[in-house]
Amino acid sequence: MTAKPITVTDAELHAYVDGQLPATRVTEVEAWLAEHPDAAARTQAWRTQNAALQALFDPVLDEPLPARLTAPLSRSPIHRGVRAIAATAAWLTVGGLLGYALHGWQNPPVEIAQMAERAAVAHVVYAAEVLHPVEVTIEQESHLVQWLSKRLGRELHTPDFSSFGYQLIGGRLLPGDKGPAAQFMYQNPHGARLTLYVSVPGKDTPPTAFRYEEENGTHVLYWVDRDLGFALAGEPERARLLDLAHVAYQAFNF
Amino acid sequence: MPSAIRLTAGHGCIVKGAMTTHPFEEHIPRLRRYALALLRERTRADDLVQDTLERALRKFTLFRHGSNLRAWLFAIMHNTFVNQVRSGRQQQFVDTEYDDSEPSPDTAEDSTTLRDLLGALERLAPEQREVILLVGLEQLSYEETARVLEVPVGTVMSRLSRARERLRTLMSGDTTPQLRRIK
Repeated sequence: MTAKPITVTDAELHAYVDGQLPATRVTEVEAWLAEHPDAAARTQAWRTQNAALQALFDPVLDEPLPARLTAPLSRSPIHRGVRAIAATAAWLTVGGLLGYALHGWQNPPVEIAQMAERAAVAHVVYAAEVLHPVEVTIEQESHLVQWLSKRLGRELHTPDFSSFGYQLIGGRLLPGDKGPAAQFMYQNPHGARLTLYVSVPGKDTPPTAFRYEEENGTHVLYWVDRDLGFALAGEPERARLLDLAHVAYQAFNF
Repeated sequence: MPSAIRLTAGHGCIVKGAMTTHPFEEHIPRLRRYALALLRERTRADDLVQDTLERALRKFTLFRHGSNLRAWLFAIMHNTFVNQVRSGRQQQFVDTEYDDSEPSPDTAEDSTTLRDLLGALERLAPEQREVILLVGLEQLSYEETARVLEVPVGTVMSRLSRARERLRTLMSGDTTPQLRRIK
């Protein structure tokens, strides 16, 4: 059986050198090159050019960035950009309770933004509840934690916010996006309430930095860590919420 | 462990070392690499990056979420570069500090190759230099390169082919040395 004569185009030779040739074609091109030494020499020269370019300029990648390049980014009118992206992702539509990320860019995955929104809604609904703010009260704290841990399939903790004046008063099970979610409620001596919402995000959701949202007096700080989504909601301002988030973060990490 | 979270001044915060930064920031090193290869002079290369970032910030609302941010930034850099070439700001390629400082090749032969390459790159037409750098250095796909340069893929291929052959000729020493254009 005679081999079918193959022809190889110039474009294919470039694609071969650049690793952009379909895998199924590579063997054929290599066989052809073995019989065409001139073309083989040319492709080898192109390869050398690529390698030399990388050897010359790759060190730039490891250099610290000059401040003049990063400074404009932190001063940028980020709100407009985030607002546009947020509108595209349509994660503001439900109730419009949440605004847009004020700081710490990174467009939140829709799922994470939705978690924050659910947490905020749950906060508004239950923190205002006079008779039944919680389902299980602080008197049964260990039962509360075990029960919610079991339902979420994760080991949960109740952070101690007492140094900020907030005491745990109980918690409840809530419907989350893809399964159950937990809400722990705290209260300070003035009756102000703070909630920590915990849910299980989709598989392989990467950890995120803290994000902050605010609307109509409800402030939400949320993040993903260790396969759990967290949202702290309440009246405290951003800086105070961040302090509280530290405590929550540590309760789940140490 | 203990300092897993900390605030950075007015900018965002860090969780386990993952800083919340502006989305452009992770692309700056590659923009700088490309700009330096394009212009071969550090100050001017960073000027180009800065102009690009400022333009990108102004146009960010036009960026379609979910599309390729890196290619979008390279496209803006390309347009900025082309405008500068047209206005005469990037006409000349003055000899540089770069060959002295980077890198330290293993052998004299390598060193010669790299110096030859720098000299040869300089003598390519800007549109050829852009293609060979986007493909060979930045390793963009041909389609991405076409989008960045706003030309058909066929044009990318023909420019690439010409650029590579010209470099090969220049580096094999077939041509008599030309005077460097200065100013």
